[in-house]
Amino acid sequence: MTTEMHLPGPLDTEIASRRPAVEPRPPRELTLDDIEALALGAWILGTGGGGDPYNKLLNMRELYRQGRSVTLIDPLSLSDDALVAVLSNMGAPLVGQERLADAAFAVKPVRTMERYLGRAFDAVMSLEIGGGNGVHPLMVAALTGYPVVDADTMGRAYPEAQMTSVAVANLRCYPLTLADIRDNEVIIPRAESWRWMERISRKVCTEVGSIAATCKAPRTGREVKDHAILHTTTKAIDLGRAVMEARVRHRDPVQAILGACDGLTLFTGKVIDVDRRATEGFLRGQARIEGLDRDAGSLFTVHFQNEFSVGYRDGEPVVMTPDLICVVDSVSGDGIGTDVIRYGQRVTVLALPGPEVFMSERGLEAVGPRAFGFDLDFRSVFEGGRS
Amino acid sequence: MKRIGVDVGGTNTDAVLVDGADVLGAVKTATTEDVTSGVRTALRELAAQVGDAITGVGAVMIGTTHFVNAVVQRRHLNRAAALRICLPSCASLPPMVDWPQDLAALVDGGKYLVQGGHEYDGRPLMPLDEVAVAEAARQMRTDGVRSAAVTSVFSPLTAEFEERAAGILRAEHPDIQVTLSSTLGRIGLLERENVTILNACLADLANRTVKAFEEAIAESGIDAPLYITQNDGTVASAAIAREQPVFSFASGPTNSMRGAAFLSGIDDAMVLDVGGTTSDVGCLRAGFPREANNVVQVGGVRTLFRMPDLMSIGLGGGTIVQAEPFTVGPVSVGHRLTQDALVFGGDTLTLTDIAVAAGLADIGDRSRVATLSGSLVNRTVMDIHRRLFETVDRMKTDASEVPLLAVGGGAMLAPERMDGISEVVRVEHHAVANAVGAAIAQVSGEVDHVFRDMDRDELLRVAEDMARAKAVSAGADPSTLKVVDMEDLPLAYLPGRSVRARVRVVGDIGETQPGGITHG
Repeated sequence: MTTEMHLPGPLDTEIASRRPAVEPRPPRELTLDDIEALALGAWILGTGGGGDPYNKLLNMRELYRQGRSVTLIDPLSLSDDALVAVLSNMGAPLVGQERLADAAFAVKPVRTMERYLGRAFDAVMSLEIGGGNGVHPLMVAALTGYPVVDADTMGRAYPEAQMTSVAVANLRCYPLTLADIRDNEVIIPRAESWRWMERISRKVCTEVGSIAATCKAPRTGREVKDHAILHTTTKAIDLGRAVMEARVRHRDPVQAILGACDGLTLFTGKVIDVDRRATEGFLRGQARIEGLDRDAGSLFTVHFQNEFSVGYRDGEPVVMTPDLICVVDSVSGDGIGTDVIRYGQRVTVLALPGPEVFMSERGLEAVGPRAFGFDLDFRSVFEGGRS
Repeated sequence: MKRIGVDVGGTNTDAVLVDGADVLGAVKTATTEDVTSGVRTALRELAAQVGDAITGVGAVMIGTTHFVNAVVQRRHLNRAAALRICLPSCASLPPMVDWPQDLAALVDGGKYLVQGGHEYDGRPLMPLDEVAVAEAARQMRTDGVRSAAVTSVFSPLTAEFEERAAGILRAEHPDIQVTLSSTLGRIGLLERENVTILNACLADLANRTVKAFEEAIAESGIDAPLYITQNDGTVASAAIAREQPVFSFASGPTNSMRGAAFLSGIDDAMVLDVGGTTSDVGCLRAGFPREANNVVQVGGVRTLFRMPDLMSIGLGGGTIVQAEPFTVGPVSVGHRLTQDALVFGGDTLTLTDIAVAAGLADIGDRSRVATLSGSLVNRTVMDIHRRLFETVDRMKTDASEVPLLAVGGGAMLAPERMDGISEVVRVEHHAVANAVGAAIAQVSGEVDHVFRDMDRDELLRVAEDMARAKAVSAGADPSTLKVVDMEDLPLAYLPGRSVRARVRVVGDIGETQPGGITHG
């Protein structure tokens, strides 16, 4: 089947000259250890959402046992006209706990897109590095042999399609392919906007059981270089390694996270109440954390819409998206999801710097506090230097 | 109602007779290699101690670590076939994919993936492939595998396919014993399947052990039904426990914490249980153990069991002490304490000997530790007090002072005071707290279900009614039921205001015979 080609191109060709010339890193074959670290780091960068990467990690262990492997390439090494598949598993994490993750299933929408475009991809990359989708494209890479681009479009996890760096850059939002575990495939050749693409694809996803493998609007090498968030796979691997090493050496894993990501500790305490509700198809709510040690006597409230979005200390907003708000187990450093955070857990709330692209006016419009229903002007905890 | 509680631990087998709030008798005997002869001895000694009071016993409740030890030690396990109803999903992660290699190799009786399963809302994912199930059953029969674990996608919502598959397995292979995942676990296919397979490979041991317990009771002349205590401080009838041995995995620490609460009358406290080999620290809230947050590993296998949140260190009455170089544990003489310890005429220096030398206990022959150096005794006591304090402190969840209940055969090793602890409470019969916990175990009913298009109050009420009905059918006295856990979780992205609600109720055992214990 051949179809009219709709190869997306950059809307703003001047951008190409903005970035300084940097020598790309050579491609490298990821070890299984790298992938174990990636899963751990991605779960922390998921800021409470994106789903636990464990089942995808298990798939990678199986694929490596079968002798398959994954090569990670520097986005800066992509040729301008290279074609990159942007991949994600879409749906409710709870459904993923029953339907598991399946590498062959993740490949289906990639092949559908290639048939639709009449052209093969050159590489694959993550829609979001946070949560299970940080590992998702590696399953496709292991089966297809395509390299994985060391980049994503969120630098974390976010709930909706328009909350990406490529949407902020106003790149084309279509076409999109989506596959169900049965013999159902859907192509969305065109959509009015990123928000429309979100609405239509969400509807389809729900119909096939609230879980679907997707291949988002393909990107050219030029677009990836200019508008993706670069080197986030490596960042997640380094983060995971730092935590693993701290555990082995009996050092504090929470400090290791801060060190690896240049982050700040905002609060340490015990979860005393969790209020969750489903509104407009999302998991919304808040967790209240009672201070311990240095924070004794204070109360921290962290709000979430799938991911943690805004944090209040004693009623005052102190941290908000697009800064990353991570809630981790105070002892192990493991990320804690908004679907599993619960009474009695001893947690540390961290802030990690968010991607630069979201600090712009358009970026804040897409993922700032108002995009999540908070009438707050964004103020980064990292503003004005670090104390 | 009078009840006998028995705790079969790695070192000791204890038995108590409890009537209401009174402990009428208590004995401590050594655990035997075959387990059951120890139970027989304990019951005989208890009967001798209490005399006529033994008449009118309404129930014998046994708590045992036998099944969990079988998994941890890879002993007495039978092969089991894993049948998963899931295709075309889940194909790339076969059953036992994340198990330790040695355990998987030991119990693997074949893995079968067939078409079927359900969606999150109860619609079928695909029709059940009955022909494939029948073929799998015939292969199991050919292979001589007599236990099967059946797991279907979203079976906690609807068990229809698992039940149909069980019918086909039994029709094709009449000798087979079938474990259904929907009777054991919650959402989370791999972890639920893991538990189902563990249960299936304990089938033979569970049959033998429960039968032997029943024989031991009958031989003791006690005419009362047998119950086996569960992870959550409740009991299952012998018939149910035989089919669900995995639910007894964490009953030892649960019983000791519940027993400590009962004996002290304190419902909110830290509990330190010093046994023969290890010390366990847990936290009691409203008379029940605080549960662990996340995934719990049993013998290296991931599960989603509700288990007490415990921290264990290798310190107990049988822990071996060395003077040069100075070490305390983690090796213990275990059930050989009464032969190997100095005060019992042996030649191994244990913490029990140190406790006697330090005047903390008066057990065995005190003269045999008279020559121990005072500095070694002091140093050892300081070392164990520091380690016990650190463990208790790590388990505390807030800075305010709470009582510490010191129980177990080695409770004398606990310090008299600790920072952050209002008082260290020692109670009569503390050494048999776990058997007391078994005697006072309750009955539960639990639901874990996705509700659609109902408001929050309504769905929680419906869920609670379902849980109460389950508890009553399991033998609970309806007037004693209370909700111990209620949680609702709206499901992101799912339509129709889908909410997953989990409600658990517990109550005292009624006077009538239970019809069966259920778990959500």
